[in-house]
Amino acid sequence: MTDLQPVLEALDGDFENVVFEDSLGQIVARVPNAEWTAFAVAAKDAGFEVCVDVTAVDWMRQRPERFEIVANLLSMQHQLRLRITTTTGREDPSVDSLCPLWPGANFAEREAFDMFGITFDGHPDLTRILMPDDWEGHPLRKDFGVGSVPVQFKKSHQVN
Amino acid sequence: MTDERTAEETAESPDTVDLWVAGTEESQFSPTEEGAQEIARDDSGRRLDEQFGRVVDDDYVFDDEIAEDERMIINMGPQHPSTHGVLRLQLELEGEIIRRSKPIIGYLHTGMEKTAEQLNFSQGGTNVTRMDYLAPFHNELGYSLAVERLLGIEVPPRAAAMRVLLTELNRVSSHLVALATNGMDVGAISMMLYGFRERESILAFFEKTTGLRMNHNFIRPGGLAADLPVGWKDDVAAILEDIPARLAQYDDLLKDNPIWILRTRGVGVISAEEAIAYGITGPPLRAAGVKWDLRKEFPYSGIEKYEFEVPIGTQGDVYDRYRVRVDEIHESLKIVEQVMDSMPKGDYRVDDRKVTPPPRARIDESMEALIHHFKLFTEGFKVPAGETYVAVESPRGELGFYVVSDGEAKPYRMHTRGPSFANLQALPITMADSLMADTVATIASMDPVMGDVDR
Repeated sequence: MTDLQPVLEALDGDFENVVFEDSLGQIVARVPNAEWTAFAVAAKDAGFEVCVDVTAVDWMRQRPERFEIVANLLSMQHQLRLRITTTTGREDPSVDSLCPLWPGANFAEREAFDMFGITFDGHPDLTRILMPDDWEGHPLRKDFGVGSVPVQFKKSHQVN
Repeated sequence: MTDERTAEETAESPDTVDLWVAGTEESQFSPTEEGAQEIARDDSGRRLDEQFGRVVDDDYVFDDEIAEDERMIINMGPQHPSTHGVLRLQLELEGEIIRRSKPIIGYLHTGMEKTAEQLNFSQGGTNVTRMDYLAPFHNELGYSLAVERLLGIEVPPRAAAMRVLLTELNRVSSHLVALATNGMDVGAISMMLYGFRERESILAFFEKTTGLRMNHNFIRPGGLAADLPVGWKDDVAAILEDIPARLAQYDDLLKDNPIWILRTRGVGVISAEEAIAYGITGPPLRAAGVKWDLRKEFPYSGIEKYEFEVPIGTQGDVYDRYRVRVDEIHESLKIVEQVMDSMPKGDYRVDDRKVTPPPRARIDESMEALIHHFKLFTEGFKVPAGETYVAVESPRGELGFYVVSDGEAKPYRMHTRGPSFANLQALPITMADSLMADTVATIASMDPVMGDVDR
């Protein structure tokens, strides 16, 4: 991207492995998993004082790294949004928690853990938040079925 | 000792016998200490001030440490009328003071993000409108804006203006419920009845426009489902005339009411730093003095054309949040009035046959129209691959939709950033070291909608 804001240019210069992209007019930073915390610290110092949201996407077999973790940062002083993403693999998916930096990431990371089974290292209370505690599996993974209730009509088995 | 005394007395008069008579011994207790109330001997000074209520002695605040096993953990909810749905709180109490608390959610979780992956883009509106059931238009708007950004389409001016009209009226109706429930939770039952009565007039307009009081699915990707009904201006004008007068009545009821002020001033305080750190948005953030409104900062749907102010508070307590909501109703009504006076003419949905179904009359005469109609209602329209995050200012704060498409007719992933979900995180710090009795006032002032929290 060429017309990066000055705030982001400084970030761009410090991290060689971080790729900045333009996604339909929104700025996205693709961060390697190992540099997640370091980049987040730098972003917070650069003025992104709010972590609006943390979520994940399960790409199954479409991408080499199965899970993509997406955090939406907001800078009120610069009136700017920045979406940072990182990836983690199929086996034991994990990433550093953003909670020590932004306490507001707490619930969002718990939700991502609950729904995708991604471990956030350093999270103060990584437990299920929406599903029951004894639930098996992680519902928003693509290999988790939707489930159905059998139809209670006569001869319903013929309808497939 | 008895031996000595006995010896002395025996020495004085050898005939006396040592007898014990009940009631003759000196009492160790004063008669007023137990059971009876001591009458104030002096009617001056601090004691009199206390009795007249001029001085309040906060003797419920303990200074000394209480042993761990004297703390009590109680559950509040999930079935509790004042928790606004199925919010459950674990409170750790020391006497009457909450030391720690933990919100436990998920009782209303219905997997709507998973459902969204099973519905195509035009069906998605029926799903998202049920999330925040007090502000359905905002859900639909955020979702539609996200899908439209992926599609790269721009809605006509009339559609944008209609969206602003409906969402701002929705903000008024949602804030009226917030005022009503907040009033009821601290004992102002009349406020409950008044708030719901006025909301009903707005819902009647929604019903006339969309066919439903709630869960409209009226704002859709590509525009709206239908045009405004005949005579809509009269209905909106009636609302605009009615509600400010009612708001003046609410102010008479609450604004300077000493009981209301005692129950809300200095209760549930959130500072601006805490609010920003915890990602709190909406009225709780603005009540803390932060002038942050997405309608001003990241305008959407042409809302920047209308003039309005962003009301803020100073102390960040329950009272300020109440005032911010009342002021926001006035500002929203200002916007509604401007939209009503400047409603552009034209189409209410985008003229793109790949997204909006053709008019019914065209199906009879055009083969293409029939094919488009059939394709739209069987498999839906395909959305180019990409990802986007669009946020709108819902009555509760930043309502964001993160939609990922892989080029199919159904979203690959749809995530909702619910404002109530994020605002609930702040309950433990808001309620720490406060009185048990203030819990419901604090929860009500955060105005959580559990459908939005659990999704």
